[in-house]
Amino acid sequence: MPSENLAITWRRIPERYRLVGTFCRNCQTSYFPARKLCPKCRRKGKIEQKQFSGRGKIYSFTEVTAGPSGFEKQTPYILAIVELEEGPKLTAQIVGARKVKIGDAVEAVFRKIIEDSEEGLIHYGYKFRLV
Amino acid sequence: MQSVGIVGYGVCVPKYRIKVQEIARVWGEEGDRISASLGIIEKSVPDIDEDAATLAVEAARNAIAFAKIKPDAIGAIYVGSESHPYAVKPTATIVAEAIGATPNLTAADLEFACKAGTAGIQICMGLVGANMVRYGLAIGADTSQGRPGDALEYTASAGAAAFVIGREKEEIVAEIEATCSFTTDTPDFWRRQHAEYPSHGGRFTGAPAYFRHIIGATQALFEKTGTRAADYDYFVFHQPNGKFPIEAAKKMGIDPQKVKPGLFTPIIGNTYSGASPIGLCGVLDIAKPGQRILLTSFGSGAGSDAFAIRVTDAIEKKRGEYCGRRLSDYLNDKEYIDYAIYVKHRRKLKM
Ligand SMILES: [Zn+2]
Repeated sequence: MPSENLAITWRRIPERYRLVGTFCRNCQTSYFPARKLCPKCRRKGKIEQKQFSGRGKIYSFTEVTAGPSGFEKQTPYILAIVELEEGPKLTAQIVGARKVKIGDAVEAVFRKIIEDSEEGLIHYGYKFRLV
Repeated sequence: MQSVGIVGYGVCVPKYRIKVQEIARVWGEEGDRISASLGIIEKSVPDIDEDAATLAVEAARNAIAFAKIKPDAIGAIYVGSESHPYAVKPTATIVAEAIGATPNLTAADLEFACKAGTAGIQICMGLVGANMVRYGLAIGADTSQGRPGDALEYTASAGAAAFVIGREKEEIVAEIEATCSFTTDTPDFWRRQHAEYPSHGGRFTGAPAYFRHIIGATQALFEKTGTRAADYDYFVFHQPNGKFPIEAAKKMGIDPQKVKPGLFTPIIGNTYSGASPIGLCGVLDIAKPGQRILLTSFGSGAGSDAFAIRVTDAIEKKRGEYCGRRLSDYLNDKEYIDYAIYVKHRRKLKM
């Protein structure tokens, strides 16, 4: 897999390592990934940083049997849309389970996502497991 | 020095297990005989996306949840491992970022075979006791590897334990009353830079290495504290297999029944830097206020760190309030894999 720009990787560390997104105090809406501007409130929005709990449920999922380059050793794996308890949805791998269903409760775990190459950077981030 | 102790502790053990029987089958060995001679039934295997850093992060998060402290109050993080994911680039900074302790802290990786985790506890004790930091986080984490077909392949496993060290009397769940070490240059086990698997001295790893250092450090601690075996309720020794800690106890006239509650190698294998620290966490999960624990680690190369620990009244409330995963949860949440899947997990297969 072609390596992501190092500056982008570095900027996304708080988001990927510990689910840091944002929250609009004006309309009480949580955003993940982070938004600089609240699309509902526009200029009236009061955006602040928010760390998500990592708890949520499976909103939708698919089983990946032919993964993209860099994920060959992990296939087959489950890729799911997880609805966080704070509201936002995100796409992530489900670990430690071969069968899941919509509505299953999940929690975030810290895992290796991909390695650029044998000598390259190791990218870490969130995945989810059933609770 | 002012009193310091454990404010929170947590572990992480991967979900997958392989039985000694299954490894023996592949190499045409007698599984029953090997299982009996090592005192190991099965060992943990990390998932393909787990490494020492991910295990360290999960154990650290559990320890912080147990301690009920704010991560940014942690002033020092030390991660001890012999399987750091990078040769250059610290595991400790990955942990610091993942738990939200950055940027106002000091951090470093430690390496001393299986005792790098307890070396981290000693450093944190010094920093906390000297008022240089409010809390220190010491972690032992490994995803250790044995060469395919080597005796180590039956035991080398994966796991981590983390300890938040602090000095506030009412926060401490287990006071560390004393520590001392026994260290020499002993060539029992090593891995050269760029080598994938370690080399070891076979039977030489026993008497001059493990037993000499474990017994040396434990007896030095008895002398330093004016205590004897009867004063302790539990003993946790480094556990490269299921037999050595029991033998070490017998050599020192310690009741083996005091060793068994902290002996997890028979069901998870040798988690290296995680081994005796996980044993301590297992004991802390059941110990009563006032009970005393003696912990002695061992790292090849070689050295042992011994600790005299006294459980405080605060442990019951904190254990009761903790709702994260405990060692027993990790032990029960397991799935067996065969050797073929094991090879894939451990990247012994070159694609
Ligand atoms: Zn808004």
